[in-house]
Amino acid sequence: MSALTFTLKNRPDQRVDMSALVCQKLAGMEPAEIAAIALQNGNRKVPVDELFKISGSDVQNIVIKNSFGKLDFIGKELEGGSIVVEGDAGAYLGLGMAGGEIRVSGNAGIFAACEMKKGMITVAGDVGDFLGAALPGNKMGMKGGTVLVKGNAGERIGDHMRRGNILIEGNAGDYCGSRMTAGTIAVMGQTGRYLGYAMRRGTLLLWRQPQLSASFNDCGSHTLAFLPMLFASFKNLDSRFADPSVTFDRVRRYGGDMSELGRGEVLVRI
Amino acid sequence: MIINGVTIDATFAEAFPMKATRAIITAQNEKWAMISAQAMTGFATSVIACGCEAGIERVLDPSETPDGRPGVSVMIFAMGGKGLAKQLETRAGQCVLTSPTSALFAGIDDGKKIPLGKNLRYFGDGFQISKVINGKRYWRVPVMDGEFLTEATTGQVDAVGGGNFLVLAESQPQALAACEAAIEEMRKIPNVIMPFPGGVVRSGSKVGSKYKALSASTNDAFCPTLKGMTQTDLPPEVESVMEIVIDGLTKEDIDKAMRVGIQAVCDLGAENGIRRISAGNYGGKLGPFHFHLQEIMA
Repeated sequence: MSALTFTLKNRPDQRVDMSALVCQKLAGMEPAEIAAIALQNGNRKVPVDELFKISGSDVQNIVIKNSFGKLDFIGKELEGGSIVVEGDAGAYLGLGMAGGEIRVSGNAGIFAACEMKKGMITVAGDVGDFLGAALPGNKMGMKGGTVLVKGNAGERIGDHMRRGNILIEGNAGDYCGSRMTAGTIAVMGQTGRYLGYAMRRGTLLLWRQPQLSASFNDCGSHTLAFLPMLFASFKNLDSRFADPSVTFDRVRRYGGDMSELGRGEVLVRI
Repeated sequence: MIINGVTIDATFAEAFPMKATRAIITAQNEKWAMISAQAMTGFATSVIACGCEAGIERVLDPSETPDGRPGVSVMIFAMGGKGLAKQLETRAGQCVLTSPTSALFAGIDDGKKIPLGKNLRYFGDGFQISKVINGKRYWRVPVMDGEFLTEATTGQVDAVGGGNFLVLAESQPQALAACEAAIEEMRKIPNVIMPFPGGVVRSGSKVGSKYKALSASTNDAFCPTLKGMTQTDLPPEVESVMEIVIDGLTKEDIDKAMRVGIQAVCDLGAENGIRRISAGNYGGKLGPFHFHLQEIMA
């Protein structure tokens, strides 16, 4: 059984809500029923087969070809199975995802992995702002799972993050880890201003010395036993994070944000 | 049945159901992992008065431990789940948390989850940090030598306690030498511990006592100095008896340990003063698991 493949025919001018095309919602549907699903496209609804050429039938393995940055809500609340996006993904990639795997070969927009609970998201390119964050007004961001970004990420990564891992091979924008409650954000590249702004708990794991606010206090250099275990958990990833030569267990520890609860930490490789 | 001049009695050892768990202690080096493990499994020879039976299962290579450091695997057995959880927690708190460079991990993933570091974390006074790695929760507790890393829970499984055999020898040194040889072999078997000092018990007990307050008392039938004063089970030439008690995760694990242990004793044979192998048989009063010596050695 080959993967259920949606190949975008033409790029629509308006954004498309792709939340209907997730594995668990398509299970048990006939090809004609899938083709007839109405997707919100701007202010109108259009059937799937008007936008996409459909082939294959394995609903547990979905492929979206010719994807571009206006296909929003891909993998929303995905519970299992896999979605492969060939091209870019729009906003809200994997919103509230509860399991399974999403792989994007291009870039992803804002609010990727937002309020994600479980599963794995891999973005080969860059992602926009609010990666793994909470929706505006909500108090709880990502609650579990792993997000791997091979490129750069925008601002406010992990805003209100609660649990899980966000791994950035490239650079991170300003306010990385802002208002974090817990979880781990690892950034191999550079980080922007206001790192860990108002973070309560959680870990920011950095390969390069950041520009830290005055509300982060130096706790000295340490060898931390949990780091080898954390890195070992990444060893099966197709990523630089799996490379033993980039891992470390010796860090400079900064505690903060002291203007908030102050139980968070910034760990910088030394 | 006679093996190398040693008579294997047509009797069986009686064992009873227990609850068990395993924990893995790691440290900067094997020496400190062992020190911590010895402390954690100290005063845990018998449930009669210790609250649990505990022992060191084996030394672990760094490649076998969760954090890649040298480690020791310990097992704790108790009569009930509640008692087991309490013993595990107090022993982990007093003997592992306190031990320099130590870390503590679950040694059993199956079964019911019982707290390992889940409550020890409060020692961190609010500075403790939780990390979920590969679906398992760990606690990082700040301590004076750095951080105490511990897994939140470990597994509790049904197990078997009290498997045993008796070594009947012509002299005390010969009985001890035979038991030492047995223990050396039995320690190679996974999933079992021999909880008594050095794995050997010289004060084997029978069920009951003439004193109402005591539930167990000396096994007079096997006491060589009482040969003429009680209904003895010893021939005239036997001058010393020692027992090896085995707790294991399953009956099969204890079977294996008994087999290699008895074989090691028999290898020394009659020429080294070993006369008989017997077992603690209490006529079915002690427990539902029966280990027939001759079947095990068949």
